Amino acid sequence: MTSAPPAVLMDGDEVRRAVARMAAESLRALDGAAGLVLMGIQRRGVHLADRIGRAMAAEGREPVSSGTLDITFYRDDLMQIGPRPEVRETRIPPAGVDAKTVVLVDDVLYTGRTACAAMKELTDLGRPARILLCVLVDRGGRELPVQADVVGRAFRVAPGRRIDVLVPEVDGDLGVVLSARDAA
Amino acid sequence: MSAPAVALGKDLTGLEPLSATQIALILDTAGPFKEVSRRRIKKVPVLRGKTIVNLFFEPSTRTRLSFDFAEKRLSADTVHVAPSDSSVTKGETLVDTARNLEAMQIDMVVLRHWSAGAAAFLAQRIPSNVINAGDGAHEHPTQALLDLLTLRDHFGRLEGLKVCILGDVLHSRVARSNIFGLTKMGAEVAVCGPRTLVPASIEDLGARVLDSVEDAVEWADALNVLRLQLERMRGGFVPSLREYNRVFGVTRERLARAPKPLLILHPGPMNRGVEIDSAVADGPHAVILRQVTNGIAVRMAALYLLAGGAPSAAESKAAAESS
Repeated sequence: MTSAPPAVLMDGDEVRRAVARMAAESLRALDGAAGLVLMGIQRRGVHLADRIGRAMAAEGREPVSSGTLDITFYRDDLMQIGPRPEVRETRIPPAGVDAKTVVLVDDVLYTGRTACAAMKELTDLGRPARILLCVLVDRGGRELPVQADVVGRAFRVAPGRRIDVLVPEVDGDLGVVLSARDAA
Repeated sequence: MSAPAVALGKDLTGLEPLSATQIALILDTAGPFKEVSRRRIKKVPVLRGKTIVNLFFEPSTRTRLSFDFAEKRLSADTVHVAPSDSSVTKGETLVDTARNLEAMQIDMVVLRHWSAGAAAFLAQRIPSNVINAGDGAHEHPTQALLDLLTLRDHFGRLEGLKVCILGDVLHSRVARSNIFGLTKMGAEVAVCGPRTLVPASIEDLGARVLDSVEDAVEWADALNVLRLQLERMRGGFVPSLREYNRVFGVTRERLARAPKPLLILHPGPMNRGVEIDSAVADGPHAVILRQVTNGIAVRMAALYLLAGGAPSAAESKAAAESS
């Protein structure tokens, strides 16, 4: 357990503003592409995707469909991690992802392994016309050559520390906090 | 991502050794796997590179197929071995067979055997994961798990549910696994069948005995209708198939007297017109084909969870701290 209380990197208002900006930036990057699908990565990416969807609607452009992705089955360390992690729902939009422009949403981009697993899973589900990676926080420390198209905010965080995105649906609060203990 | 604090361990030999939390873990994990089977490409790379041997000493069609589909949808490599009865005797030969397979670097064994305790016996002697696909009249855990999942999907809960198992309880590993699983999950269980086919000791497992189908229909929320194994006829356990149907058959007329609609389960294969009438089997309250679909999902869940192994002491501690 950590001794020092976690430091707040972004409060609720800052996250809300970042989400609005991410929605606008995604729409700009897509430049009117047809068949926009929002896919949130379990767990907190799902709730961020909901928020981005609402922000897009406020901009006058609603995604045609949305879905959720649990990447557990595609983790590259599945056979090394011991007991199975809890698997959450993967919900593929009824019309699938073929020829769609998929905006993939996650909370934190770190090693790049989650994003990579998500892309493997997406391409097993069909052939999207394009995939856009959209994250609230980029903390650096990549282990794979992956980068996000849209970033809420970037922080330089030492490997031993951990960043958590909080969403009201799971954590009762909205924000981004830094604590001493690493996720590993 | 955090690992759940519960794990299954190395083997799935029965539901008797499992806790309610472990059973709930398998049922909860089956949910996401149902979704995988609905995908256009029904395959996830969960067991890629793992070799699974389906060792079936007894004939089986649907359990074998169901395991085979489950394994293939998890990307495992599978081999079926069905030793002919003449080449295999007992005990030591089972271990020898398995040790030979081990020498070929396999990872998991799915075992169907005529002898009660065969799966647990094998599990103690080889390092591979062992899943019991039915051992004598002892247990058939994945069948009971798919029954539990089907009941939970329909009723939204297992606690407080009244389930009556009907038919040849004496010879039924399905009945035993169901009794263990259902009582652990807080359901009430009754059994009903000819006295020759209901063992006296069944009440010790926590099941009550009902004397007639009429009583069962009156009491239960769901009926799990077991197959009358026709080979029992020769044993003199039932006088005739027609007689059995007349007294213990699940018919539309009998169900019409139920105070509420009863959910009808059957592990298959069905003897239509013997233990169950076609009008019931094809009726609106039968979930027999849903059981088949759920069977693949619970087997995928069990294979997935077992491949993770037991938690190390450090991991259990970390899980306990983070929760």
